[in-house]
Amino acid sequence: MNILVCVKQVPDTNEIKIDPETHTLVRAGVPSIVNPFDTYALEAGVQIKEAIGGKVVVVSMGPEQAADALKTCLSVGADAAYLVSGREFGGSDTLATSFILSNAVKTIEEKEGAPFDLILCGKQAVDGDTAQVGPELAEHLGLPQLTYAMDLTVEDGVVKIKRECDDGYDLMTTNLPAVITVVKLPTEPRYPTIRSKMAAKKKPIPVLTAEDLAIDVSRCGLKGSPTKVKSTYTPSREKSGVKIAGLPADEAAAQLATLLTDAKIL
Amino acid sequence: MDFRIDEEHQELIDLYREFAQNEVKPIAAEIDETERFPIENVKKMAEMGLLGIPFPEEYGGAGMDTLSYVQCVEELSKVCATTGVIVSAHTSLCATPIYLFGTEEQKQKYLIPLASGEKLGAFGLTEPSAGTDSSQQKTTAVLVDDDHWVLNGSKIFITNAGAADIFFILAMTDKSLGNKGISAFIVEKGMPGFSIGKQENKMGIRASSTCELIFEDCIVPKENLVGEIGKGFKYAMMTLDGGRIGIAAQALGIAEGAIEETVKYVQERTQFGRRISQFQNTQFELAKMRANTEAAKLLVYQAACAKDNHEKYTHLAAMAKLVAATNASDVTRRCLQLYGGYGYTKDYPIERMMRDAKITEIYEGTSEVQMMVISGWMGVK
Repeated sequence: MNILVCVKQVPDTNEIKIDPETHTLVRAGVPSIVNPFDTYALEAGVQIKEAIGGKVVVVSMGPEQAADALKTCLSVGADAAYLVSGREFGGSDTLATSFILSNAVKTIEEKEGAPFDLILCGKQAVDGDTAQVGPELAEHLGLPQLTYAMDLTVEDGVVKIKRECDDGYDLMTTNLPAVITVVKLPTEPRYPTIRSKMAAKKKPIPVLTAEDLAIDVSRCGLKGSPTKVKSTYTPSREKSGVKIAGLPADEAAAQLATLLTDAKIL
Repeated sequence: MDFRIDEEHQELIDLYREFAQNEVKPIAAEIDETERFPIENVKKMAEMGLLGIPFPEEYGGAGMDTLSYVQCVEELSKVCATTGVIVSAHTSLCATPIYLFGTEEQKQKYLIPLASGEKLGAFGLTEPSAGTDSSQQKTTAVLVDDDHWVLNGSKIFITNAGAADIFFILAMTDKSLGNKGISAFIVEKGMPGFSIGKQENKMGIRASSTCELIFEDCIVPKENLVGEIGKGFKYAMMTLDGGRIGIAAQALGIAEGAIEETVKYVQERTQFGRRISQFQNTQFELAKMRANTEAAKLLVYQAACAKDNHEKYTHLAAMAKLVAATNASDVTRRCLQLYGGYGYTKDYPIERMMRDAKITEIYEGTSEVQMMVISGWMGVK
């Protein structure tokens, strides 16, 4: 079972600052982490490997520093890591990113000497929040895709998932190879161990450039990105919650019950 | 001299901190209140390799050093001194003497499960009438039929006792020889005649399962004698030298944790129309505390590095523990004063930290014992 997990390095903050001129993220001075949804994708991949055997490879597209995110992945169960990096890739939107990643998949498959049976992505990155790269990657590769998996198992060449939805989950299956995007799992991703952390430090992370991918650079970076960001802003909170204040506990509870009944929650 | 922490140690500090903040801090108040041993976190620490940091990989350890181990105790103790001492007692007082004085067979049988965290360890020296004067051991061990040892007596104030599987126990094998009649044994939970007595209801570190150990004709296999007969007291003293660095790191962590919490609090709390951080008293108090804590930190790291470099470290460990423990009590008391009335309630962690700090001046050698060690080393007799 060969599993590829696509990860993104994102700023570790809930208060993301946006450059008012360029409308892009301000990254200076903000510590970086592995996108939380990607850590669940990796955990899911590692659990499948542990259950049925195989190898987990991680890939990230980003600047040199993104190697730190890959090291983190290597310390929690990934067996190998590749960084896709180069000036030609800067400023890529989701279309260009997924195109580059689809080329990287093929290059990594050649290097690893075997095709991937399963490609996992987090459902979305917490910085851009588009949730487009995973599905687009599947389209570029011509593979079936299932999204929003909160649980996944692999058996006899078939992947079964529980797809998260508002009122529960859908059970879905598809044949491998396939691309799956992953939401928060019922279990938290594992911590590194001291040994795995030290071993990850020593593992080389090959860098794949545009040349290595033999890619059409006109479809990469700003040139290959039809998306134009007009403005980015924090949505204003239009409705504030209802506060029941200044009442004794029993009266406040009764009022709350009325409100909830009226709203058809109770 | 190079006072910088290298990349490897820093990365592990980050790992310890992440675990401490995410898993240990959220339950610290609860386990203090209920005296519940945090077994779930001990299991997680075992998986991560935190229960065997300074031991070689061939014995199930993480292959790191004393410095990294004390940095782990420090990070844990910043948020929960109970969790800090669980790791410290297990590592310094049980796994270490088996590593240092045990036979290869004993290491295979006991050190590997201890260092890999599969089993938890404890150390039994203190008795009702043998506290600081630990040579007054009443627990006896008699070799019967040249086949097994029979232990009789009791130990008190034993950290981890209720949760431990493997115990490093001191007992008198020849009373006429005094100190030199004390020997060391490995006792397993469940050995015939061995039981755990009452759990102490303590002021601080309330979840560390501090209990009495009872030996009633307890049968211990002959091969569980550690090292040479009559050398037990020496082994115990050497073990405590190392243990003191762990407790000094616990004290250091408590002080750092208290300062961190207080720095946050004084920037939120307003009185007289100003944040209390704007008062010079607050600023000077915290500055002084921070400086003294940094001094303690250097002493703790110095002692750990001396041990790692195989230099004499007995006096350095004593200095580190004396200074760090005194500082922890002082800092937590002063921090609570900055909190005022709120600090006296259980809504904030500072009162717990103050209660936890006190023990660091008492166990693994009181501050007075540390002063005896230091003055003896100085030649002041």
